[in-house]
Amino acid sequence: MKKFLIIGLTLLLSVGAYAAGALEGEVEKQPLNISAIIMFLLFVGGTLGITYWAAKRTKTAKDFYTAGGGITGFQNGMAIAGDYMSAASFLGISGLVYLAGYDGLIYSIGFLVGWPIILFLVSERLRNLGKYTFADVAAYRLKQAPIRTLAALGSIATVILYLIAQMVGAGKLIQLLFGLPYEVAVVLVGTLMILYVTFGGMLATTWVQIIKAILLLSGATFMAIAVLSHFGFSLEAMFAKAVEVHAQGEAIMAPGGLVSDPISAISLGIALMFGTAGLPHILMRFFTVSDAKEARKSVFYATGFIGYFYILTFIIGFGAIIMVLNNPEYLDVAKQAIEGGSPILGGKNMAAIHLSHAVGGNFFLGFISAVAFATILAVVSGLTLAGASAISHDLYANVFNKHGEVDEAKEMKVSKMATVALGILAIILGIAFEQQNIAFVVGLAFAIAASANFPVLFLSMFWKNLTTRGAVLGGSLGLATAVILVIIGPIVWVQILGNEEAIFPYKYPALFSVTVSFVAIWLLSITDNSDGAREERDAFEAQDIRSQTGIGAEGASAH
Amino acid sequence: MNKETVERIKNNPKYQELVSKRSKFAWTLSIIMLVVYYAFIMLIAFSPATLGAKTGTGVMTVGIPIGIAIIVIAFILAGIYVRRANGEFDLLTQEIKDELNNEQVAV
Repeated sequence: MKKFLIIGLTLLLSVGAYAAGALEGEVEKQPLNISAIIMFLLFVGGTLGITYWAAKRTKTAKDFYTAGGGITGFQNGMAIAGDYMSAASFLGISGLVYLAGYDGLIYSIGFLVGWPIILFLVSERLRNLGKYTFADVAAYRLKQAPIRTLAALGSIATVILYLIAQMVGAGKLIQLLFGLPYEVAVVLVGTLMILYVTFGGMLATTWVQIIKAILLLSGATFMAIAVLSHFGFSLEAMFAKAVEVHAQGEAIMAPGGLVSDPISAISLGIALMFGTAGLPHILMRFFTVSDAKEARKSVFYATGFIGYFYILTFIIGFGAIIMVLNNPEYLDVAKQAIEGGSPILGGKNMAAIHLSHAVGGNFFLGFISAVAFATILAVVSGLTLAGASAISHDLYANVFNKHGEVDEAKEMKVSKMATVALGILAIILGIAFEQQNIAFVVGLAFAIAASANFPVLFLSMFWKNLTTRGAVLGGSLGLATAVILVIIGPIVWVQILGNEEAIFPYKYPALFSVTVSFVAIWLLSITDNSDGAREERDAFEAQDIRSQTGIGAEGASAH
Repeated sequence: MNKETVERIKNNPKYQELVSKRSKFAWTLSIIMLVVYYAFIMLIAFSPATLGAKTGTGVMTVGIPIGIAIIVIAFILAGIYVRRANGEFDLLTQEIKDELNNEQVAV
């Protein structure tokens, strides 16, 4: 184990050396951000130290998948918040507020309101029924092989799509912030992620996530306070100044054109709410705590941290309107010459980054840049662990090996191999998608999570009459509907494939694909009169008692 | 879990009390959250001007305190649920478990 860690470190250092060499050529274009690089190296050093510590404590499969089930509710809440506060939501939402004002808040609210519902209906049942992955719950009383195959496919699809978005984002961000070439950045992220996950498992992933969440929340708090202090902590004064300088004037204080028609608005709401409750890396976090009590606490703390974070990004977005927009220091002169207006360097998603420079100078810019990088690193680690678990625990241990017990050591080995494979795949896809329009990718991930993972999981816990046939066919139909509607929708069909008009007019398919999934599962279950279906219905009672009380549930490991 | 245990727990009045109280509570809170959120979404879809109305003489609009309030409501609802579930409901669950253990020892 130690030997591998050393080999990994050497590999990493050599990438770093190459990066340093490559930097020199880029200096003119992008000044070397020393403070950012130092702070980033500190983060990497610290988290690799944690990985080393976690590696010594990660012995069993339970340790690897769930950190031994010994994470507290508060820690897990922080880690869930960390998983959720990705670079995309930090930079993307503050960028959206910067661009359109109020509309950014609409997205934030949609991302948040799923959490209380997860708490009320899903979290404790999930904890009481599951072991390592959400497929444990979905397959509890249904046929293992088909259900786990579907759940694993749903998980892997969601994870890979998410990984593409994160890797491309990481490459571009690091290119911009650190002046590193795109490929080097992607390889760096992929390598670090493989190290964290293969050696430290869930324990290292959780702590990387917690540290990053603390750094991100502190940095964002500092920025929001700095902005507010300019206006004597008067929101009214801050908004007044923003309205004065923004091209859209008072329109930034009200809903604008981003959510235009009722169908899109509802569909987006469904995608955000049910999608969150179907993301494998988020669901997996519920198995890291000891019992239902801690699972509930996790969601409570996570809701608090995420809500607080979104309020901060709203203030940061407005701060950027005031301090970044029209500031010649951040103006993209070349772009302005072509397109006019006042575009900022790196596009609207860089609004928060430029604001960090405006309020805290080079040092704080370095800090926020390092935090943004750390954020991507932490999120890809969580994603990869979830994807690897789906491969090793669901596919390898329970589908391909249904005859006889699987050796735990072998299952862990498979999951580590899967981690390395996913990491390499993420690097390849990250490089392949550099020049592609990936606007649809996260939306598609959410649509699949909402239409395939969530309905099967939800009905398996709440509906006695669910059968394997209904779940597998209905869930697959939901998955296919989501994928097809995204392909023939406005983003892929028109923007990417260059067709004149979209066959399916809405950007968010969730309203339709989730409905298809639920209706198909219902219909195919109630018409299922096989003996197997009867046994599955009979088994609901025992499952329900366990999900309600936790009797017979997996506990924390002894150490 | 064997059939006998299932029957025993199912027929325990405390279990029935737990299930009925908790599901009522959980669904009520879920519905409150959904109503609040979808009312907000409907307002955006059908009457964005309502949210754009000014609160006073300045630039502040109704939409901003409402938006922030929804975030705060989500947190408060979560707090209300956790408080009752980690207290009352967990106590009931513990009693059910204790009774089951005692009965099994007695048998």
